[in-house]
Amino acid sequence: MLFYSFFKTLVGQPVVVELKNDMLIQGTLVSVDQFLNIKLDGVRVEDERKYPHVASLKNSFIRGSVVRYVHIPATAVDTALLQDAARKESQQPK
Amino acid sequence: MATGAVEQPLDLVRLSLDERIYVKMRGDRELRGKLHGYDQHMNMVLGEVEETITIVEPSEQPTEGSIQTVKKNYEMLFVRGDNVILVAPPMRS
Repeated sequence: MLFYSFFKTLVGQPVVVELKNDMLIQGTLVSVDQFLNIKLDGVRVEDERKYPHVASLKNSFIRGSVVRYVHIPATAVDTALLQDAARKESQQPK
Repeated sequence: MATGAVEQPLDLVRLSLDERIYVKMRGDRELRGKLHGYDQHMNMVLGEVEETITIVEPSEQPTEGSIQTVKKNYEMLFVRGDNVILVAPPMRS
């Protein structure tokens, strides 16, 4: 549940979600769930000419499994806190 | 203390927290960045990342196919674990 908590701290931040089909979606993070499904507001697709069918899209729900990367602003991340949480998480019996 | 014991492969990754690492991914992609967090799925957060994408362009003649690399930089990146092949300390040539 580490990255679920991590993404909850990023709600409201501008992010770019890079999908496995190479699509890049810019937007503001609205919510996330335990599967790391993502909801974005104010969505803009990076290469609009290539994907005209999503030109009128405002809000999106993205299935977690289709995500390759999420580009996030470095200022939004408390790296020390995240490292500490990762250390603790690895100790727990799964 | 339990934090110190290295028993499972993921414990080796724990040793690399706050260090630069090399990640090989599916799709002929490689990442080099500082490891800030990871989980048992190999989901990761990396900082100061350089991504290298290798593109092979085959041509009719075997001697004329070309290999190109594209590099991109990100200040902070979440990587979904299902794409990860391996994690290692960075290889410096």
